[in-house]
Amino acid sequence: MTRLSSSTVAVIAVLIALAFAPLYLGAYPLTLLGRVLALSIAAVGVMVVWGRAGILSLGQGLFFGLGGYALAMHLKLVATPKGELPDFMLYNGVEALPWFWAPFASAPFALAMVLILPAAAAGLVAWLMFRRRITGVYVSIITQALLLAFVTWLNGSQGLTSGTNGITDFQTFLGVNLRGAGVAHGLYWVTLLFVALALGGTALLLRTPFGAILTAIRDNENRTRFLGFNPAAFKIAAFMLGGLLAGVSGALYTLHLGTISPAMIGTAFSIELVVWVALGGRASLIGAAAGLVVGQLAKDRISSAAPDAWLYVMGSLFVLVVLVMPQGAAGLIGGRRRAPAPTPTPQNPAPQNPVTQNPVTREVSDAV
Amino acid sequence: MDFTFISGQLFTGLSVASILLLAALGLALSFGLMRVINMAHGEFLMVGGYLTYLAAQWAGPTLGDAWLWAAFPLAFLGAALLGAVMEFTVIRRLYGRPLDTLLATFGISLILQQAARQLFGSTGVPVTAPAWLGGAWQLGDVTLPFVRLFVIVLAAVVLAGMWWLLNRSRFGMHVRAVNQNREMAAALGVNTRSLDMLVFALGAGIAGVAGVGLALIAPVNPTVGAAYIVNAFLVVVVGGVGSVLGGAVAAVLLGFVTALAEGFTSVSLAQAILLVLVVAFLQWKPRGLIPTKSRALEEA
Repeated sequence: MTRLSSSTVAVIAVLIALAFAPLYLGAYPLTLLGRVLALSIAAVGVMVVWGRAGILSLGQGLFFGLGGYALAMHLKLVATPKGELPDFMLYNGVEALPWFWAPFASAPFALAMVLILPAAAAGLVAWLMFRRRITGVYVSIITQALLLAFVTWLNGSQGLTSGTNGITDFQTFLGVNLRGAGVAHGLYWVTLLFVALALGGTALLLRTPFGAILTAIRDNENRTRFLGFNPAAFKIAAFMLGGLLAGVSGALYTLHLGTISPAMIGTAFSIELVVWVALGGRASLIGAAAGLVVGQLAKDRISSAAPDAWLYVMGSLFVLVVLVMPQGAAGLIGGRRRAPAPTPTPQNPAPQNPVTQNPVTREVSDAV
Repeated sequence: MDFTFISGQLFTGLSVASILLLAALGLALSFGLMRVINMAHGEFLMVGGYLTYLAAQWAGPTLGDAWLWAAFPLAFLGAALLGAVMEFTVIRRLYGRPLDTLLATFGISLILQQAARQLFGSTGVPVTAPAWLGGAWQLGDVTLPFVRLFVIVLAAVVLAGMWWLLNRSRFGMHVRAVNQNREMAAALGVNTRSLDMLVFALGAGIAGVAGVGLALIAPVNPTVGAAYIVNAFLVVVVGGVGSVLGGAVAAVLLGFVTALAEGFTSVSLAQAILLVLVVAFLQWKPRGLIPTKSRALEEA
């Protein structure tokens, strides 16, 4: 318990230090930090879904994008004169505002949708998958395929979503001029507040029995089922939370960048997200968020210094993280606290089929 | 929609399915046997495509139209060698951790794509098909280009070869033995370590051959593999992991559905429809068309 609270104290100290960042950071580093912090909320979601529930989603960009687009549609409508259509619709010969755009003119509706759309979509996807006990790599492939379908549809629907260009040219949000002085600071603090809420809320939630059952499902889903829990329900809940956090992250990111486009949410983004979480440590909340922040900052540095080298660096990082530190950086630091899953070595390869190694489950499987 | 249009679309779908099938065969092998999710598999296709381009550049002037026959061994061996190196350096250390193989191989695919971009540029390199593939077969109102017919025949030949290799050869017997019970096969003297590498290299080589077919149909660019990988995985998932026959049926089905949907709506909507159909299909048969029999409760 003392160890836990000492790490909590450390996190609070870091958050406070970050809160004073606008005082000592220049304009560009502050914007960069704000953007990266917004993304770290999605990383917290990945930690819950992957690190805790053991579900590797490669489609978090879908939920990130839903949150981002929900807000972007509102911002676009606010920036468009009353009674007119957004500019890209005019270019594409659209004559009336599509039905699903209309309600986004209302700020409360759009803000609610930032939360509801990603959570509902995640819930639906999760329900379809986990109801039929689709697990492991199948989940990864299906989530990636769904993300691809979403991005392909966005790209192909010029008149409805502005296609590859994405939605851009925002003016005001809730009456605040987005280009006004002080907006950068305000947005930074709002982002930091959301990061603190996401970290704190998730940490509390994972300490409840809900969190313990998620761990149980990750470690042995069948045993959890035999104990009388319905793993599907818990996995759906975890997936919805992951989707919700991704959606909030997407909306904040859209505000920071002033645009959202299919390229920002595609396969590369979604897998990068997972890798930064792996790098930081998927079993640790702080590790996941910190991994993303450090990774994205490194990306900014390296890709502006040597654009060609970036993909090599990132590709090698992927391989090295998996080979050398499967529990991420947090696993190196706090490895004793939570016993990690046994890591197979070349000398002692993991069984192809967990059943054959475990006499208890073996009897069960023979009976099936 | 008239008959001519639909049969034309079906024919195009069949040739797309052929390449998908060749890509999926290697995936099904490594996925079914070793539980390795190879996200870099599409890059083996890309390597095969670029090697075809190089074969046309090098051998074209001397061999004339016969360069194509030099391209096949070059693409197969080049991709297979790359696969063997990948297995030896990375994959071997990750057996039993399928999700980790997914991440590591995605990293490798990024490196390979960037390498291709720097070697060949980001725009596609064109491969001119030999003159004897230039024509088309007129069947009533339906035009069947020889190039696409060639790709279909190619897939059929490779599929037949695979069937023979897996079901009639000693190598195939070992592969099936390891697939059913790795420990028992090892105890009976099968060298599972080298078998893993051979199977992985074989899958990579077949993808290289698929790259030849791809290069004949469209220009080869650094992201060509990435464009095929998700659909190839869908073929594996729909067909049933580790089932060659299931993969073949699934590839043809997916090719047809895509081609027909593209005929009625836009390409992007067709892709979205296909993906949604696949998820719906998995509701009905979560383990694919032809599931491998297993008594295990859990599969990775």
